[in-house]
Amino acid sequence: MGGRILLIEDEGNILEAITFILSRAGWDVHGHGNGATALGAVARVAPDVVVLDVMLPGRSGLEILRDLRAAPATADLPILMLTARGQARDRETALELGATAYLTKPFSNADLLTTIDRLGAARAGQARGTG
Amino acid sequence: MLSFDGLVAVCVLYVAILFGIAFLAEKRATEGKARWLNSPITYTLSLSIYTTAWTFYGAVGSAVRNGLEFLTIYLGPTLVFIGWFWLLRKMVRIGRAQRITSIADMISSRYGKSGGLAALVTVLSVLGATPYIALQLQSVTLSFSVFARPGAFGAPDTEQTAIWVAAGLALFTIIFGTRSLDVNERHPGLVSAIALEAIVKLAAILAVGVFVVWGVADGPADMLARIETSPVTQAGWNGARWLGLTVLAGTAILCLPRMFQVLVVENSDERHLATAAWAFPLYLLLISLFVVPIAVVGLEIYGTEGNPDLFVLTVPLGLGQEGLALLVFLGGFSAATSMVIVAALALSTMLSNHIIMPLWLQFTRHDDPMSGDMRRVALMARRLSIGGVLFLGYGYYRLSGGADALADIGLIAFLGVAQILPALLGGILWRGATRIGAALGIGAGFAIWAWLLLIPNVAETGGIIPTVLAAGPFGIGWLSPATPLGLQSTDPLLTAMVLSLGVNTLLFILGSLLSFPGPLERLQGAQFVNVYDHSRPLYGWQGAVGMADDLLIMAQRILGAGRAGRLFQTAAEAQGRAGGLPEPTPDFLERLEREMAGSVGAATAHAMVAQIIGGASVSVRDLLAVADETAQIMEYSSQLEAKSSELAQTAARLREANAKLTELSRQKDAFLGQISHELRTPMTSIRAFSEILMQADPVDDAARARFSRIIHDESLRLTRLLDDLLDLAVLEHGRVTLHEGEAMLGDVLDRAIRSAGAQVGTGRLAILRDPAAEAVTIWTDADRLAQVFINLISNAQKYCDAETPELTIAVRQRPGRVEVEFSDNGSGIPARQRALIFEKFARADTAKGAPGAGLGLAISREIMARLGGGLTYVPSDSGVRFRVRLPARALRAA
Repeated sequence: MGGRILLIEDEGNILEAITFILSRAGWDVHGHGNGATALGAVARVAPDVVVLDVMLPGRSGLEILRDLRAAPATADLPILMLTARGQARDRETALELGATAYLTKPFSNADLLTTIDRLGAARAGQARGTG
Repeated sequence: MLSFDGLVAVCVLYVAILFGIAFLAEKRATEGKARWLNSPITYTLSLSIYTTAWTFYGAVGSAVRNGLEFLTIYLGPTLVFIGWFWLLRKMVRIGRAQRITSIADMISSRYGKSGGLAALVTVLSVLGATPYIALQLQSVTLSFSVFARPGAFGAPDTEQTAIWVAAGLALFTIIFGTRSLDVNERHPGLVSAIALEAIVKLAAILAVGVFVVWGVADGPADMLARIETSPVTQAGWNGARWLGLTVLAGTAILCLPRMFQVLVVENSDERHLATAAWAFPLYLLLISLFVVPIAVVGLEIYGTEGNPDLFVLTVPLGLGQEGLALLVFLGGFSAATSMVIVAALALSTMLSNHIIMPLWLQFTRHDDPMSGDMRRVALMARRLSIGGVLFLGYGYYRLSGGADALADIGLIAFLGVAQILPALLGGILWRGATRIGAALGIGAGFAIWAWLLLIPNVAETGGIIPTVLAAGPFGIGWLSPATPLGLQSTDPLLTAMVLSLGVNTLLFILGSLLSFPGPLERLQGAQFVNVYDHSRPLYGWQGAVGMADDLLIMAQRILGAGRAGRLFQTAAEAQGRAGGLPEPTPDFLERLEREMAGSVGAATAHAMVAQIIGGASVSVRDLLAVADETAQIMEYSSQLEAKSSELAQTAARLREANAKLTELSRQKDAFLGQISHELRTPMTSIRAFSEILMQADPVDDAARARFSRIIHDESLRLTRLLDDLLDLAVLEHGRVTLHEGEAMLGDVLDRAIRSAGAQVGTGRLAILRDPAAEAVTIWTDADRLAQVFINLISNAQKYCDAETPELTIAVRQRPGRVEVEFSDNGSGIPARQRALIFEKFARADTAKGAPGAGLGLAISREIMARLGGGLTYVPSDSGVRFRVRLPARALRAA
């Protein structure tokens, strides 16, 4: 397994925890803490998977998701949404907007890894299919 | 030879027939069945009261004395009816539209409902009519005595005749003239009796004429030959007098109260006038046709010895034609009685409406002029007036003692009422005519007429003060009626006519030009002059099917289809008419008005019905009443409006409350979401790092130490958050125990700064204070106040983005309060976020990573509210500035 992950999360401690977990599992993790500049980071990093927090300073994760899906280059990019707002409606909104997966904070590290692996595999399949 | 008793019996029988006809007519009219009553012929016949006993008998006398001059009396009305038809029609229309009751009412209405003018015209009319009524009584008495002369009865009995006739006529008039007060109501019984009398009158004259031409002479040719040689045709011909008399007679038919009564008041259908326009002149022609032959034959029989005024009676009587004579007697009786009845009716209306009632109202207080008590008074006034008018006539008759001077009284009376003409014509044709003008004209004409003609005639009749009249008052010659202005007049009537009417007209025009009409006058002037713009023609009951339709349509609109339908149906059944449309009889109209009044008000209902029924335009009084009602309705609707705006306000308040509730619910959701986020965020770190530590896959010591530290910090963060939440919940909703006591403001600040510094431990924020100003003793909960200060200081520590952050704490004493301001030198809070800073979980964008859940300011504000003060954000150009306000009661000695 392996590949590049862009982690967009404003909470420093959470950023650190996820980065640690995923790095140890073999992923190349790039952290980014600001919603307003997130799209630029996606373009710069060109990740295989994006982990996107919903509540970001500057710009909401949902808006970023919508923009990513609207752009052809990132329309099929696997995106895992993270949210601390535990309401069902948030989950629905995220999936409607095209999130590939969705995790509610707090989550178990195992769940995170499983989900990321699934997204990475899908990405790999895409790459083979296109490539 | 018919005995006197027999004659009386015939008279009584004749009168009984008249009563019968009148009763029948009243009954039929009430049932709405009197078709013949509504015919133009009846109308025309009723107009024939113009030909009184004076003309019935006197025309022959006049022919004997003055030749064909008597024709002028018929010529005037004929010219008016043919040439001035438009004027008559306008008068009838105005009369109906304005619901005019008499000539006095007409003048008064036109000139702004002037009571004085009405009284003046009434007095003038009564003065003019009294000798005229005396003349009628005289003629009846005279004819009685002529008829009875051959019998065994002497003068004393005939003297009694007059009073019996007068009393009988009063009774008849009272019975058929004052059945109801309604000014709109006509008198069908009275009119039909008069119509019958008109037929008898004409038949009698024609019968005598036929007898004279074919019975005495040998047909028309012989008659013409006899006329050629008769002295009747030898009489001179005076052009000026002819012209004058023609004008006078034409005027009389317009102005005589009794003529106005039958012409205008009793008119039931405007179209009848068209028939009368030719039929009435025809009637006059027929009645005057045999005057000259009768005069010629009378002269042949009696020479100059006999009384030519009685030739009509004495010619058949002398020639043994008793039956014919009886018919003539009845004709004369008819002519006299019909005139007296209508004159009494018309004058009594005027007297009661314009003199008695105003006086009665003057001396008593009554609020409702048409109800109960008042109706009885009005009815009584009218009945008394009838009696009074006839008593006056009888008194004048007795006073004059049947003098020959009565013969002139007809023309004198004509000239008296002719004084009304300028004001009448001017009122109908000229909007500029004013009350002042009318009063001046009528008053002056009246005075001149009375002085030049009436008083001399009365004086001559009564045999009093002839010397004063001959010499003029105080010996002033030119004031003498015999020689007015020093004129040696050969014809006092013509002189008086020219003088009185001339001065009258001149003063009327001058007075009108020089005075300004009041608003009511203006309005009435327009209503009169432009009556056709304001009214619809009046059609009689029979022509009224469309009218009933209109009424039903209107009633449906007001009452609703069901109620209107039932009302009309019931009325139609009561009248015995099929089809559901009743005759618009007065009774029915009154009922309809009453029903509608409940919905739209009495005045409006009356106006609406009148519009359809009479084509009546609405009088000013009606208009004012309608305006009153409208005002009430507007008042009511404005109340409704107020109520509905209250409702609207309530609805708005409800909507507002609902919106508030929705907003609260939304806020609750948002709050829960926020709490969830704030709780889950530290938990996420804690869980993630603890799972890492729990894993078999080891981490190095440094990492473990770091991760443990993070777990610890996040636990503290969770605890703080929970503390804050509980604190806020208690402050917002719970019972807060304040530990109030004396404290120095400076001490509280010291504590807060220490806590904030210790807590954050950076100490990089410079705090500028003014110890002197802080030396204020306050009464407060020092711990809570310190909590607020700590929050403000730590906010500055967290958010002040200046190179060298500074926080200035300024204390100011204001009247009734102490203000503590915390100002930093950072970039401040963006304007769009200022409104949110006191909201829960609100954090500036720059607060990223800073500890705290954004509850600090919300808590602080709650605390200050509890302490009776306040916490506000003070907008400023530089940095963040919060103002803590401590209330007056917190103050102790400084």
